[in-house]
Amino acid sequence: MELQHGIIILMGLAMILSSILAMVIKDLISSVIAVGVVSLFASIIYLLLQAPDVAMTEAAIGAGLSTLIFLYALHKTKDAEEEND
Amino acid sequence: MNIIHVIGFILMLIGFWGMLTQKNMIKIVLALAIVETGLQLVMVAFGFIKGRTAPILDSTELVKGAADMIVDPVPQALVLTAIVIGVAVNALMLTFVIRLYQKKKTLSITEYKDLKW
Amino acid sequence: MIKKLFAAVLLVFMAVMLYQLYSNITEKSGLSEVARGYAERGASELGTQNIVTSIVVTYRGLDTLGEVSVLFIAATGVAVLLRRRKEDEPAVTSAKRQSSEILQTGTRLLTPIIVMFGVYIFVNGHLSPGGGFQGGAVIASAVLLLFLSDTNYKINHGLFNIIESFSGAFYVLIGILGILLFGANHFLDNRILPLGDFGTILSAGAIPVIYSLVGLKVGTELASIIDNMKKD
Repeated sequence: MELQHGIIILMGLAMILSSILAMVIKDLISSVIAVGVVSLFASIIYLLLQAPDVAMTEAAIGAGLSTLIFLYALHKTKDAEEEND
Repeated sequence: MNIIHVIGFILMLIGFWGMLTQKNMIKIVLALAIVETGLQLVMVAFGFIKGRTAPILDSTELVKGAADMIVDPVPQALVLTAIVIGVAVNALMLTFVIRLYQKKKTLSITEYKDLKW
Repeated sequence: MIKKLFAAVLLVFMAVMLYQLYSNITEKSGLSEVARGYAERGASELGTQNIVTSIVVTYRGLDTLGEVSVLFIAATGVAVLLRRRKEDEPAVTSAKRQSSEILQTGTRLLTPIIVMFGVYIFVNGHLSPGGGFQGGAVIASAVLLLFLSDTNYKINHGLFNIIESFSGAFYVLIGILGILLFGANHFLDNRILPLGDFGTILSAGAIPVIYSLVGLKVGTELASIIDNMKKD
């Protein structure tokens, strides 16, 4: 199977842009979603590299459960400020 | 393909830069997750051989000549374990961040000076 | 200012190191010796169609045992650190609204299908891409759906504890059974059960049994991590 260069260059640019945005943006929820987008594109690249097991694991765990664990942590470190007033 | 190696290395560098310069603790944990993703991408890309197919033997000619028609399966087995361990370590680090926040009510790492002399 | 300079110098060092790694990449033309051995003997010795499964479960079974124990330690750490003590701030329970009828009915229809899909993924681990880790993540997603749709859902802690402990204990016992039956360096050998026909479900010896136990353990541990991090 040949690798299509154009698709890989586009996805690589999207991943690098997403990760730079994740570090620069002040809003924390957008940063977490940007890291989820990096995981999603990595899972597609694993499929192009002929690794279906790794692609399934990265899509299920990286782009699903890891993003949700970060969002739960954000929820627990934000609300207490409003309760103690 | 060398492009994927370059993408993986650039992701690792961006993650390291994020860990060194950011002040918010949750962003530091996010940067570590980016470093892990970049490293796993490089590891699987090292095992790719051009023109070959996935290591699943589902037809008879693949069973006979398996060693000449599949990509390297050893890095895939290592990365499978590394992804699951990565999410467990992320969860534990976020638990530490939550406990620290419950004591001092701030998420900036410059406020935690108790261990400095 | 000193900190930014220090960080920049460190990054330049790291970039030089990674560039040295990059400039030594040569085009691969064949498999290495170890991979060639796994590929040639995987189908005839073990009877699996998925070579990555045979590496993770049998040839490098000790690494999977280490990974299962790291996951167990992390889940225990999360559970111990996030326990609510009595002298901290009291639990503020705001009145939460019940979710709508469509959401509740849809969840009740979808959850058994998602759990069945997860079980299908790790039972077929030796025939097609899949296996214990992926199936466990899908089962944890089903539990997450129940949390997100019903605000008063509490998981059954006794049932999850029993499933997790027994899966872990049976996994180690099957490994030791390989040592007892075959000799000193056959930990997690899958020939304790007969290898059936190549390509059917009941083939590859003990690999479906071992992977099912790993899948159940990973699924319940991820579900308990999510349960501890949810605000109660």
